Amino acid sequence: MATPVGPLDYARRTWVRLMLMVVFVFLYAPIVTLIAFSFNDSRRNIVWQGFTLDYYGKALRNDSLIEAFGNSLTIALASTIISIILGALVAVLLWRFRFPGRAGYEGAMALPIVIPEICMGVAMLAFFSRVGWPSDLPWPFSLSAITIAHVSFSFPFVAVVVRARLEGFNRELAEAAQDLGATEWQVFRDIMIPFMRPGLVAGGMLAFTLSLDDFVITFFTSGPNTVTFPVKVYSMVRFSVTPEVNAASTILIVITVALTATALWLQNRANDKAERAAG
Amino acid sequence: MESWRRNPLVFWIIGLPPTAWLLGFFLIPLALVWVLSFAELRGVVDMEVTGTLSNYARAIDPLYLQIFVKSFVFAGLTTVVSLVFGFPVALAIVFAPRRWRALLLLLVILPFWTNLLIRTYALIAVLRTRGFVNFTLEWFWDQANAVLSLIGLGSLQLLGGRFEPLELLYNNTAVVVGLVYVHLPFMVLPLYASLEKLDRSLIEAALDLGASQLHAFRTVVVPLALPGIISGSILVFIPALGSFLTPDLLGGTDSQMIANVIERQFKSANDWPFGSALSFLLMYLTFGALALRALYSRRTAGQGRG
Repeated sequence: MATPVGPLDYARRTWVRLMLMVVFVFLYAPIVTLIAFSFNDSRRNIVWQGFTLDYYGKALRNDSLIEAFGNSLTIALASTIISIILGALVAVLLWRFRFPGRAGYEGAMALPIVIPEICMGVAMLAFFSRVGWPSDLPWPFSLSAITIAHVSFSFPFVAVVVRARLEGFNRELAEAAQDLGATEWQVFRDIMIPFMRPGLVAGGMLAFTLSLDDFVITFFTSGPNTVTFPVKVYSMVRFSVTPEVNAASTILIVITVALTATALWLQNRANDKAERAAG
Repeated sequence: MESWRRNPLVFWIIGLPPTAWLLGFFLIPLALVWVLSFAELRGVVDMEVTGTLSNYARAIDPLYLQIFVKSFVFAGLTTVVSLVFGFPVALAIVFAPRRWRALLLLLVILPFWTNLLIRTYALIAVLRTRGFVNFTLEWFWDQANAVLSLIGLGSLQLLGGRFEPLELLYNNTAVVVGLVYVHLPFMVLPLYASLEKLDRSLIEAALDLGASQLHAFRTVVVPLALPGIISGSILVFIPALGSFLTPDLLGGTDSQMIANVIERQFKSANDWPFGSALSFLLMYLTFGALALRALYSRRTAGQGRG
């Protein structure tokens, strides 16, 4: 700190630094406390009594929690695959074609992103009960209603991500391939998909985390036999604050943070590659 | 871009699956709720669509109107508090040394990657009467008492007989704190984006010409950051207005927001028509806020050209 604080060194002003610190403590203290106390050898959750992994053991032996976790992963996987396909199709459609009502179509595709979650939740509840969607199907199919709802709010996000990627696509590549005799399908498979891949991966990761994280919409589409992890945690949280919930939450935090970090890393690597290839 | 007519078959093959999905599993469910909002209850679960407006009329009932007003106040307060705390943070990140910038931004975004439910739960664990904040306060209280007895004032019980934990949860303040906690990154990111583009020589010029820091801030920085302020405010206001989980878990009996009333109509009260009407009112409010933003950005775009 030898140099004096210049007029534009806002980041070095005491009050700005103080504010920064307050905000970061506010953002992180609860999460850090939650993670720390999942290792605490005391049910009281306040005083540090020593390190233990007991609550992780308890969380892992809690059958209904594990079942809910399995449901969440299954739903996330299925809805991600469907969302990637549908989202990529929307992106290609909007990138390639001019058609009447295009602006309206784009607006309708953005609707699931902007409407309040609660509205979408009740719409799904009303819809599935009105059409009499079967609720007593055997296991993976019993999750179909939740999966469908998750696809509906995820694929527009995938479409946005993939479309941003397609902005950088050189149309002449596709045209050249077609001039050389490639069919529509060959152009799509051999040129479009490889180019879109980073967008597909990033969009897929986004869809996966959105699905894994969703509470409100799932809350309205899940039944007694189709509980997901967030819905299960919600019912546990309503009753009490226990180290077991802390442990379960910590596991989910680690999974989502790792997934998102991987997605960002993959995207950065792809961008770097593209830059190196271009320059 | 080519016209769809040049390749109608490809156009339909690409367009049909996502369009059918959006229609069948999103637009039709929404339309169903819209239709239900004009229905009347017949018995416990039966509904008849009669085109009645009574569900919307009921929403203007003082009881529910008050909840709408409260939701607006909560969302508005959340926006203002996020702006007050988010602005210095965005400013600090923009003017921080380059190598710190990415890290600080990451720190702002990181909590956003963790589950909303878990973040709310973490807040409960910290704020409850036997939580960390009260525990820390009690420690300070004990220390203060020890100091007082040390100087011979212990018997006067200046701080009260025993430590009374603060009721930090299950009230309106807890809801606003929770909403700020969840939505702050939405404010910081657009602010950062617009402050980053700001031409620093403009601030320097203002300062050179004798403006005070505050004056330069008010007349140069804030107007130039206005697009970011507007985007951030909309991005915070809209989800805050429709939040369900935060008031549900952190609020008391009188901190209900619109989404909680909607949930109750669909789950326990079983009055779907009324719940549907409330959902659509909430949706219209959301679209209204989005339209305001679109209007603003069109106006500024027009100014840019002129």
